[in-house]
Amino acid sequence: MSDKEARDKRILRLSRRKALKGLAAGIGALALPAKDSPASVWEAFFQKNFRELGKEDLQKVLARLEKEYSAQFGKAVKVKATPPVEGVLFGYALDLSRCIGCRRCVYGCVRENNQSRDPQIHWIRVLQLNKEKGVYLEEAEHYYNPAKVPEPGRFYMPVQCHQCKNPPCTKVCPVQATWTEKDGIVVVDYNWCIGCRYCMAACPYGARHFNWKKAGLPAADLNTDTHYLGNRPRPVGVVEKCTFCIQRVREPSGRYTACVEVCPVGARKFGNLLDPDSEIRYIIENKRVFIFKEDLNTQPKFYYFYAT
Amino acid sequence: MKMIWEFFKGTLVLVFRGSKAYYAWVFSLLGLMAVGAFAYAHQLQAGLIVTAMRDQVSWGFYISNFTFLVGVAAAAVLLIIPAYVYHWKPIKEIAVLGEMLAVSAMIMCLMFVTVDIGRPERFWHLIPKIGILNFPQSLLAWDVVVLNLYLVLNLVISVYILYNLYHRREPNKSFTTPLLLFSIPAAISIHTVTAFLYNGLAARPFWNASILAPRFLASAFCSGPAFMIMLFQVIRKYTKTEIKDEAIFKVAELIAYSMFLNLFLLGAEVFKEYYSNTIHLAPMQYLFQGLHGHATLVPYIWTAMIFNVTAFLLFLIPQTRENFVTLNIGCVLIFFGVYIEKGMGLVIPGLAPDVLGEIYDYSPTGIEFLVSLGIWATGLFVYTMLLRVAIPILNGDFHVGEDGTTPVIADQMFIVQRPERVSADAGK
Repeated sequence: MSDKEARDKRILRLSRRKALKGLAAGIGALALPAKDSPASVWEAFFQKNFRELGKEDLQKVLARLEKEYSAQFGKAVKVKATPPVEGVLFGYALDLSRCIGCRRCVYGCVRENNQSRDPQIHWIRVLQLNKEKGVYLEEAEHYYNPAKVPEPGRFYMPVQCHQCKNPPCTKVCPVQATWTEKDGIVVVDYNWCIGCRYCMAACPYGARHFNWKKAGLPAADLNTDTHYLGNRPRPVGVVEKCTFCIQRVREPSGRYTACVEVCPVGARKFGNLLDPDSEIRYIIENKRVFIFKEDLNTQPKFYYFYAT
Repeated sequence: MKMIWEFFKGTLVLVFRGSKAYYAWVFSLLGLMAVGAFAYAHQLQAGLIVTAMRDQVSWGFYISNFTFLVGVAAAAVLLIIPAYVYHWKPIKEIAVLGEMLAVSAMIMCLMFVTVDIGRPERFWHLIPKIGILNFPQSLLAWDVVVLNLYLVLNLVISVYILYNLYHRREPNKSFTTPLLLFSIPAAISIHTVTAFLYNGLAARPFWNASILAPRFLASAFCSGPAFMIMLFQVIRKYTKTEIKDEAIFKVAELIAYSMFLNLFLLGAEVFKEYYSNTIHLAPMQYLFQGLHGHATLVPYIWTAMIFNVTAFLLFLIPQTRENFVTLNIGCVLIFFGVYIEKGMGLVIPGLAPDVLGEIYDYSPTGIEFLVSLGIWATGLFVYTMLLRVAIPILNGDFHVGEDGTTPVIADQMFIVQRPERVSADAGK
């Protein structure tokens, strides 16, 4: 190889390297956060799946979220990651003979769990059904709005996440952003969900909801007692669902879910399926219980029953 | 290394040269891509609320396009089978053009999925080791794997063949033949996995029918080859590549058989649902008749049915199959017929009525149209660029020079009408 050739080659290589550098810088400037943006943007971007976080990492993540939410809403927000309690498996029962279709549970849930108010996201959907036809979904009324409930000849069936033992939704998630916790609650890691909505197609109960838009949640309405896997404010573009009020029920005081508390007729029952003396076990063993869409083998931990 | 670099530079020179028609085509595609990019930027900023998708119908136009294009990608490669069986002369051409169509369609598929997801910047969560790919549990994880493998496979085969032809040597058969043969089951598997993605959901009776995957394949074998027939005609008209009428008619005949199978399987499904008349009939009623006053999909599906049946008859009767006017009408009808049937006609009734019986009438918004248009333009742009390089190589107009490194470019125009072909057509 002559000197000239060698020189030419070096020049070519140099210019190529320069070009690559320039290209990289250009792409970087376009796609990545600006130089002065806070480091937390990067931390959020590279955050690991909740289940892969070590203890220290988890504390850092919680602190970062608290700071972020507090700044966003202008008040102190607590973000917990209370783990499941040993020996507890949560179950839920709903008395169809009592429910009057008032939807207090729907809005109680929204208040407790920081759902978007605009557009509205409801984790509970109450169906108005015809007594003559039973649970005939094709004629279910979703947007019934009479002056007074219950209406004659009608009964009401609230539907929310059934916290299945064999959940079709977690199975289909391509990135394991949703799973069943040890106490039986099916949760979503909002920081890991990619928003593909495959779980929504898989759920037979319409229990999963998508943040089509940045949540409209006024600071005044924010419930500041939150859980990472539950009612903390959700980012746009991810899926959310009922968590049996994970931020309440895992507390040592053993609080009820918001929907159980707010129900004016006592149609909603909640407890530990592993405790033989619990109310939920009594209902399952002594009342006429049925499971919604039993043929799909989802094995819900959510039971409908008729007490009277 | 230097040889590859020279080849690459040659391809760059090539894509910048062409007739006015070529430039007009490329720039109109670039224009549409820009429009699509703006629409997508708007969607990124505002969220998926700018689409017509909602919790009830959580997948829509994007996923419909995705599903259709997986079929096109699969079927383009399946044409290699008849090419081998009937010993068609331009088998290399058919293989390369098919594989490149598959590459372009795959790129469109991946783009359609990307624009559909809520957090596209978290795509890295899908990469094994770095993120978590839920394989083998999630069928979507399977789809990610097979689609990407298929993309790489087709890219490797076509680039390998072309690079060798550019160097004026026969591609090593012991390398290409196994890969080409492997691409056939790969093509079938991408479409099967995509069908299973829907098929596996017990919550959605319209999709939860075991006939779904066979129907997917049958309909894909219609739309992909229909596109190829039209493409073959364009290519032989505007470039030097020779493709015999016989090959085109044979493909048309295969389409007729596939369409028969597709219609038969559809009939089997319609019979089962209507005769047994269970609650699972609702989605089919919504699609074909309208349900409780909701009839958004009815005109679409009947258009598709009329298109498909007409095209089936056109391709079945030898006289109309071997007449280029009716043949092309048939191709267009099939392409759009399957586009409706395997797109909106498949995705929407799976989601409406929803799992609690609510019917949300979905119909895509302007943003969804523009983003989709941009993606189609991107796919056609990619395919045009690939063809711009591939066709001169296949014709011997772009090859390595005497010195073994500098490329020789004989084809300066691309997309010019060939006079002899015009007169031959006029004589018919």
